[in-house]
Amino acid sequence: MWRRSPSFILDRHSSSSPPMADTTRVPFQNPDSISAYYQARAAHHGVISIDWLAQAKAAVGDVSADEQLNSTVADLGTEKSFNVIEEFNNWRKQPDLAEAVAAIRALAAVIRASEATTMMELEIELKKASDTLKSWDKTSISLTAGCDLFIRYVTRTSALEYEDFNSAKSRLLERAEKFGEISCKARKIIAMLSQDFIFDGCTILVHGFSRVVLEILKTAAQNNKLFRVLCTEGRPDGTGVLLSNELSKLDIPVKLLLDSAVAYSMDEVDMVFAGADGVVESGGIINMMGTYQIALVAHSMNKPVYVAAESYKFARLYPLDQKDMAPALRPIEFGIKIPAKVEVERSARDYTPPQYLTLLFTDLGVLSPSVVSDELIQLYL
Amino acid sequence: MESRRNPRAVVDPKVRQVGFFTSSQPDSTQQQQQQPDPIASASSPPVSTISPSGNSLSPVMIPPPRHNSSDTFPLRGAAAAAASAVSPSSFSYSSRRDFPDGSMTASPGRVSRGSFIKSYVPVASSLPGVGIDSMAAAKSSSVPATGLTTVSVVNMPPGLSEEVQSDQKNNSKSLKEKTTKAERRALQEAQRAAKAAAKAEGGGKVPPVTSGSVAGTSVKAAKTAKPTSQKNDVVVAAGPSEKKGGPSEKDRKKDAPHPRMQYDDESRVVKAKRRAVVKQTEAKNRVELFRHLPQYEHGTQLPDLETKFFQLDPMHPAVYKVGLQYLSGDISGGNARCIAMLQAFQEVVKDYSTPPEKTLNRDMTAKISSYVSFLIECRPLSVSMGNAIRFVKNRIAKLPITLSESEAKAALQSDIEMFINEKIIVADNVIVKHAVTKIRDGDVLLTYGSPTAVEMVLLRAHELRKKFRVLVVDSRPKLEGQLLLRRLIKRGINCTYTHINAISYIMHEVTKVFLGASSVLSNGTVYSRVGTACVAMVANAFRVPVLVCCEAYKFHERVQLDSICSNELGDPNAISKVRGREDINYLDGLTNNANLQFLNLMYDATPSDYISMIITDYGMVPPTSVPVIVREYQKEHVLV
Repeated sequence: MWRRSPSFILDRHSSSSPPMADTTRVPFQNPDSISAYYQARAAHHGVISIDWLAQAKAAVGDVSADEQLNSTVADLGTEKSFNVIEEFNNWRKQPDLAEAVAAIRALAAVIRASEATTMMELEIELKKASDTLKSWDKTSISLTAGCDLFIRYVTRTSALEYEDFNSAKSRLLERAEKFGEISCKARKIIAMLSQDFIFDGCTILVHGFSRVVLEILKTAAQNNKLFRVLCTEGRPDGTGVLLSNELSKLDIPVKLLLDSAVAYSMDEVDMVFAGADGVVESGGIINMMGTYQIALVAHSMNKPVYVAAESYKFARLYPLDQKDMAPALRPIEFGIKIPAKVEVERSARDYTPPQYLTLLFTDLGVLSPSVVSDELIQLYL
Repeated sequence: MESRRNPRAVVDPKVRQVGFFTSSQPDSTQQQQQQPDPIASASSPPVSTISPSGNSLSPVMIPPPRHNSSDTFPLRGAAAAAASAVSPSSFSYSSRRDFPDGSMTASPGRVSRGSFIKSYVPVASSLPGVGIDSMAAAKSSSVPATGLTTVSVVNMPPGLSEEVQSDQKNNSKSLKEKTTKAERRALQEAQRAAKAAAKAEGGGKVPPVTSGSVAGTSVKAAKTAKPTSQKNDVVVAAGPSEKKGGPSEKDRKKDAPHPRMQYDDESRVVKAKRRAVVKQTEAKNRVELFRHLPQYEHGTQLPDLETKFFQLDPMHPAVYKVGLQYLSGDISGGNARCIAMLQAFQEVVKDYSTPPEKTLNRDMTAKISSYVSFLIECRPLSVSMGNAIRFVKNRIAKLPITLSESEAKAALQSDIEMFINEKIIVADNVIVKHAVTKIRDGDVLLTYGSPTAVEMVLLRAHELRKKFRVLVVDSRPKLEGQLLLRRLIKRGINCTYTHINAISYIMHEVTKVFLGASSVLSNGTVYSRVGTACVAMVANAFRVPVLVCCEAYKFHERVQLDSICSNELGDPNAISKVRGREDINYLDGLTNNANLQFLNLMYDATPSDYISMIITDYGMVPPTSVPVIVREYQKEHVLV
């Protein structure tokens, strides 16, 4: 409704109000739904919010939100999809497991449970399972990317295989298992690549709780580098507190900042590190809310912004602006009650365009943002 | 590349004289330098003919660079095919490298960029030595030793030619005797040229023609060394007379000019005109900076050509028709022109029958080249057409010898059909599919001109019941936006229409800009209708995303940094007159005023910084990924 064009008043008159209300929201999802992905992250981080509790209590099922999820899942009907999503959620709960790995393990479970006798049939089943997973949580980019990758892998191998079905199936399963290891190894490779960029006496600003970034900092500490870390508080997830806990265990000097204190402290920062929920085709990243802000500040003060992301997070999305993505909403609590008619910006993530990013550390190497599209073209075409 | 650098390294730096200067190079120096020229360079006469004109250069003219013609001689065997395969890419980046080519003199030299379409082979056979060292790179250099453009300027100083010859000796293909023979012939040629040049500009045409025909006929004797030079000598004698009789069939075939021939060179232009089917009179009053682009008096050729319709034997009527349609402006727009041309070629293939003692591959390629040169005369090629021609020639070259004629023809026709279908029609559908995902309810979309891809996107989005409105921006003199406007309104889309001078006024309302493109170059620059760059820049200033919809077959590997080096000049009268408004035609009749030049550019180049996304049939990509797609695309061609 609040458009740039002065003719929005005309627009309002000409079209009926329901479409008007929709203009601010992309008609992807029910605006009130909570992003499952970010809920899972919150669960990892052990964040208990008022809303979360309220939701839990109000759940149709029993107490925990998980069961509520399960019950809605059960409503979906078919045995297969129940298996997939259930499986996926189980895997996802493990804090150390990457999202894409969870997805692939879930798909591997589908293969195991499948009764298909030909490759084609198996592929179709997998495609259906992957579609179900993707529609279940539209906001998780790693999930989508992981599913796509696996399906692509399956199609490619099946095209080349002439051996019998069972061995092909076991090969796929093996590959799915290996993916988990690949993911872990990816983190190690990224950590290794980024060591050159951390020099003694440097100050690193970190936003969000990325396991890859944590790995980088851990490795740096193990290599006896002297550096200190500034973490943003990372509301509403409280990632800053978590991260500072972890880092203090490693004896790395840590300082906590308010999210609003980033510009104030940017002078003393040498580089900014961030993880990514997804890396999009333009080379930009989608990450926790606040990353765009920090990247903007860093860019205007000529500080490099480094993004650490595994290659399976490359997605075929291309947002033009902040609102061009599927909205991922999450409950935000302020500690006190807010009147009902006050709107709250509940988006959990933002998009950082590639011109504000300096380098991407991936398991394919240290890349510049424009290489992402190159990789995607080669992968998907 | 390296081999090409060697000759150039020793050459005197060519001086581009910009601004006021009064020097003029004496003819003698040029001719002396041409002595050792191994290639039958009739460059000397043109050069010398230019120098008198060089004296009369206006102060602000930027003399075009000269080119080293020695290079790029693809191997004999596939010479014709390869040459023809590469030639349509006259936009090839490599041709840019010809610039620093030294032709020694600092005179306002001329670009001897010639048509390298057939020139590879002829020069290769006649002067293997020189060509050999640059054989590695099948680049479009200015080797044109064809009748038309003969002279690639290889004015190399004596020391240089020795160097070149020593290179030759190292090369397996060079034959000692051939070198000397070629050298002798070149000497002969140069002397003859010098003599002719001494006469006058009019006389100067003959030697170039001579060497042209030399090169032309040498195509036939591509394989044999000796007969070639001998034949050349024979032909040389017969050359002048032959040429004067009007463009011969074979010359026309071989001499398809470089599609991006630089039109500053008078002799080159004259040569082009002589063998031209379309008689165009050059506009007299031209902007100096754009002298390298062709500009003709509009409106003079059509009646002339129409009468000649039944007289032109070598020209296929379908091609003729398409050419006339281009000339009159009936068909415009990259896709339309490309499709029309390809369909004409399908007709050509259908009616084709191999003449006795000729192979289908070579002959068909030659025919296609001659048709292409005709089309160029009607209107310079667009990049889409260039790529399509390259595809067709590639296909012809790849036809297995074992196929019978009818099978080959059928295969060719179906290939062309497949190209049109896959690369244009289906590609457009894919683009539409991607682009409509970017249109949201409440959007205000701006578009400029009349791009076919964008029109399809808007219509499809409307079908999907999205609520948006369209701002059509238009500009004189073509006023193409009005056609788009009409079509959109018919479908009931809410539109606003304005001219480009109001763009900064309305840009604040716009949420997205959709643009079309004639081509997207390797550095992400979008080459499109003039005015597109303005729209993109204003959009960028207002932080409005700019989306370019372009099929992948229009991508090109060349790189262009400005809108000047390659462009098309339209009819200046279109600017001076405002149709339907007689009262404000103040400029009427001033077209030939010496103090006033009209500049009607057709294209401009938009830098990649202003483009947010390019939507192609390969998906939505950032402008930095265009060279990746060009690379993948070419691989596809090679594999198929």
